[in-house]
Amino acid sequence: MKRGWTLPILALLGFVFLYAPIVALVVFSFNESRLVTVWAGFSTRWYVALFNDRQILQAAWISLQVAVASATLATVFGVLAAFVLARLGRFRGRLLLTGMTTAPLVMPEVITGLSLLLLFVAMEQVLGWPGGRGMGTIIIAHTTFCLAFVAVIAQSRLRDMDESLEEAARDLGAGPVRVFFDITLPVIAPAIVAGWLLAFTLSLDDLVIASFVSGPGASTLPMVVFSKVRLGVSPDVNALATIIIAVVALSIATAGVILYRQNKRRAQGR
Amino acid sequence: MTALTQSRPWRWTARGLGVLGFSGRTLVIAIPMLWLLVFFLVPFFVLGRISLAEPILARPPYSPLFDRAPDGSLEILANLDNYRLLWEDTLYRNAYLSSIRIAFVSTLFALLIGYPIAYYIARSPEPRRTILLLLVILPFWTSFLLRVYAWMGFLQREGLVNSFLLFTGIIDAPLIMMQTTFAVQVGIVYTYLPFMILPLYANLTKLDEAFFEASADLGASPLVTFLTVTLPLSVPGIIAGCMLVFIPAIGEYVIPALLGGPDTLMIGRVLWDEFFSARDWPMAAAVAIVMLFLVVAPVMWLQDWLDRRGLNR
Repeated sequence: MKRGWTLPILALLGFVFLYAPIVALVVFSFNESRLVTVWAGFSTRWYVALFNDRQILQAAWISLQVAVASATLATVFGVLAAFVLARLGRFRGRLLLTGMTTAPLVMPEVITGLSLLLLFVAMEQVLGWPGGRGMGTIIIAHTTFCLAFVAVIAQSRLRDMDESLEEAARDLGAGPVRVFFDITLPVIAPAIVAGWLLAFTLSLDDLVIASFVSGPGASTLPMVVFSKVRLGVSPDVNALATIIIAVVALSIATAGVILYRQNKRRAQGR
Repeated sequence: MTALTQSRPWRWTARGLGVLGFSGRTLVIAIPMLWLLVFFLVPFFVLGRISLAEPILARPPYSPLFDRAPDGSLEILANLDNYRLLWEDTLYRNAYLSSIRIAFVSTLFALLIGYPIAYYIARSPEPRRTILLLLVILPFWTSFLLRVYAWMGFLQREGLVNSFLLFTGIIDAPLIMMQTTFAVQVGIVYTYLPFMILPLYANLTKLDEAFFEASADLGASPLVTFLTVTLPLSVPGIIAGCMLVFIPAIGEYVIPALLGGPDTLMIGRVLWDEFFSARDWPMAAAVAIVMLFLVVAPVMWLQDWLDRRGLNR
């Protein structure tokens, strides 16, 4: 079939659109001037400023803790929910559970954030718990909204999985707990890792929900960055962005190389 | 795992729960169920209840729902004032409509920009295909907030877009792009573009090359082939991509807050301001409840309908 130039040119323009702002962000993080529009010479002063900014460092540490905790909790609950929906057949409340694991995917963040905050305030009035808001309430909120994403990924893997493996284990006398830990879990392990990584990223990235349910002294990194950039562009944020982009690019490149080699090996094995 | 299931504490716990009438099965169902009931479903009832309260100067800043009347009987203090105001004040109505309009236009542009990229990747040979796919996914894993921020510097009066257009002589005076609805739309298209490209790619890569060859053999030009064969076959991918962009775009807060101007009305931003600036919690709750019924419910219904017709794969 004849291939014209239209498609490659349109695709190239699309990639320019995707990457031009990122390239500009990185370039101006090395700019001497405070202005992020005029080039005034190479400098790393904004990186120095960034690493001396205690507020940002503290917020980054809080964000990391919240992300690890909520990704882990979301993975446990999400995989359980997916297993229940994919393997346990009919039970009372099945429709409710299905709804509650898919609705968070389409729920606007402002609604999730506001409704959880109002819940925490009401619970504090009635039960005396949680006493005040902070990291704990952010972790609960992030676990709840990330859970749905993990459940979707795990559920699609469970559906694709060959159930005869589990049946064989049962026929050989393994109990349901043993089947789950020895057969099901290892088979869906890649989906669990993917789900954890997605939950980790979503938690690290969230501004809106955290802003609602956080309390004094527990500002996450996006909250601090947002309050900074609201006042206008500032080059130390460019430096922060450059570091994040470098970390992500390196991890994705590594993952890409591993995946590519695996595919090649699999193709050769056939 | 045998060691665990054979261990004494495990067996005792299992037996104890069995005596109480709990099977392992019930327990496994109960854990995610309880978490979601408490932290996902109950909050909506709290939201509904507070939307019926009045703002007061206290902690928490809303009136109680039940109160003791002077004669000792229990009174229910619910009022629909917030909903009346939502209906009467054109600000809220305009915000809902303008959110839908902005999300719609952005989705359309995301489709126009994303389709050629997805199509090109789908027809690329390996390893170029994997590399390009990773390039599409990479921005998604970096910070959403920082990707919006990147456009703040880009669209400024002295920003790179204006410098470029002035330098090439396309314009004589800098365009005002920041703090406009246009900037908000650019921001939405930019941040949600990967969500458009990935489902489109997944769909386009499954199409059989034989269709295109047959069409070409029968004398159709590439454009005719695209319009009569490729495009109709990729409708499921188009629908999936559009849903993934349109749904989060409606409730967006960060993008209008950073790139929009004071006249860029979006409902997520109205809710945020009602809560954080006006400190009117009941009004914010009422906005959220109406949003649930006008935005979330139709979207869930539409998805269900598409699922049933098998179009959402």
